[in-house]
Amino acid sequence: MPALTRKEVEEIALLARLALGPDELDRMQHELGAILEHFGALAAVETSDVPAMTHAVPMDLRMRLDVAEPSLAPEVALAAAPRREGDLIVVPSSIARSDRAGEEPGS
Amino acid sequence: MSPASTAFWSVAETARRVAAGEITATQIVEAALARIQAIDGQLGAFLAVDAAGARAAAADLDHRRASNLPLGPLAGVPIALKDVLVTRGLATTAGSKILAGWIPPYDAHVVEKLRAAGAIIVGKVNCDEFAMGSSTENSAYQPTKNPWDPARVPGGSSGGSSAAVAAGLCAASLGTDTGGSIRQPAAFCGVVGMKPTYGRVSRWGVVAFASSLDQVGPLTRTVADAALVLEVIAGFDPRDSTSLDAPVPRFTDALEQSAGEVRGLRVGVPQEYYEAMDDEVRAGIARAAAALIERGAVMVDLSLPHTRLALPAYYLVAPAEASSNLARFDGVRYGQRASAPDLLDMYGKTRDAGFGPEVKRRIMLGTYALRSGYYDAYYKKAQQVRTLIKRDFDRAFQYCDVLLTPTTPTPAFRFGAKATPVEMYQADVFTLSCNLAGLPGISVPCGLTGEGLPIGAQLLGRPLDEATLLRAGAVIEATVGLGDRRPAGIGGLT
Repeated sequence: MPALTRKEVEEIALLARLALGPDELDRMQHELGAILEHFGALAAVETSDVPAMTHAVPMDLRMRLDVAEPSLAPEVALAAAPRREGDLIVVPSSIARSDRAGEEPGS
Repeated sequence: MSPASTAFWSVAETARRVAAGEITATQIVEAALARIQAIDGQLGAFLAVDAAGARAAAADLDHRRASNLPLGPLAGVPIALKDVLVTRGLATTAGSKILAGWIPPYDAHVVEKLRAAGAIIVGKVNCDEFAMGSSTENSAYQPTKNPWDPARVPGGSSGGSSAAVAAGLCAASLGTDTGGSIRQPAAFCGVVGMKPTYGRVSRWGVVAFASSLDQVGPLTRTVADAALVLEVIAGFDPRDSTSLDAPVPRFTDALEQSAGEVRGLRVGVPQEYYEAMDDEVRAGIARAAAALIERGAVMVDLSLPHTRLALPAYYLVAPAEASSNLARFDGVRYGQRASAPDLLDMYGKTRDAGFGPEVKRRIMLGTYALRSGYYDAYYKKAQQVRTLIKRDFDRAFQYCDVLLTPTTPTPAFRFGAKATPVEMYQADVFTLSCNLAGLPGISVPCGLTGEGLPIGAQLLGRPLDEATLLRAGAVIEATVGLGDRRPAGIGGLT
């Protein structure tokens, strides 16, 4: 299995939503490459007729009734939100605004 | 009551004495809190001590006894919880900075069960961040020392649990086991650790690591205590979609009825687990085998040919599922948030600042394995290999009732001894397969090395057959266990 390129590591970090610094990206490239080498043993195993495991222990997929049940009160559910306004959680804009770099709305 | 005198009472003895009125739950709790205060500064097992909550629960229990109300099978038993189990009103961190300061609004299912049984939650104990590790060195908060030798790790990821139980800071602890995280630290600290069958214990309210592998279980000082705690926490819970709707046997009765005999029990000895291990570990397992034979068991040599594939399969499946499970930690609804001008930047900076190196490594690995175009080569391949590993076990259990192996290749290692991630991953080499196949497993002490470090014997069983593991484990415990030997590695431990 191939070692990772720096570009691949950067792409994975973006997909994983991890803003890694240059040193961390370097280290990750090296470490993940070493770990992936150990996975080579799997590639050599013939599995064309082997089903992929879905559950280790036989179990049925359970569905619950689509009915409202008692749940956390909004105040309790929102108590840990880093930023909120009333019953809303406030997050930064999904569109970057260069004039407000480093700030969150309302800060 | 002095802190030392009740410190090593078993779960069963504590509950019996509280129920009989020989001691109050308040006295038990005060002794436990005093011992934690005296010793944990050196040990580092606890991330949070809930003195007020424990005292209130003890007072309530004592009031119930005075009023002749039912007390429950764990009456007055001080229990510490691995910090991946959420606790209402008590900080839960999963050993991570990203959850620093988070106060959960509810109790995990197993915490509800413990409280209902009369157990007293004394606090939350340390673990590798998000349960990812084999030494508790990956905790974002503190190292936890091994009570037998403070220069060594307590194992992981439930290292706070194993250290606290071994040092007599609580009678039992709950841990989680995704690839050995109950059994390996139990082996390193000389306590009993049981990973139940996948689905046997509800994970509702457990911070998820790898959902096809995670399971909650007890760490205790005796096999009988593991049976008692498992009896309380096991059972169907509709809130966990993987919870098994199967009857929970009276494990404690099964132990009593067997009376230390395992006549006719067929114990499988899988050759792949005996190829590479420390000589003193090998000698310990030989003692455990001899003990089982002496009590009527028959040894069966057999092979689990796909064992060597368990480590790579596990380190694909677990990180892949972790990368998905940990997507929820994004700084929006709870936990820490980094300041950033836009949402994408906020996610990235929050997660970069909040997660430690091993967690980031596994998220990266898992994201890589699940990427479009790579899924078949990695995750699907690993799940196919899991089927092969499961078939090995299915075949083995046609010829035997349990499997006997070492829990770990070596006794507890020193802090910093594992220089690379792959070296650390290999600490789990004997425990991973059990999770991949969904089987129950137990680690039971089987003596000490010449340096005075505990050795663990692992027993693996058929799905839902924890009772047989407990019976066989009790034989090992009674014959070659640690008896009254206690750790002396931390000052003041007697």
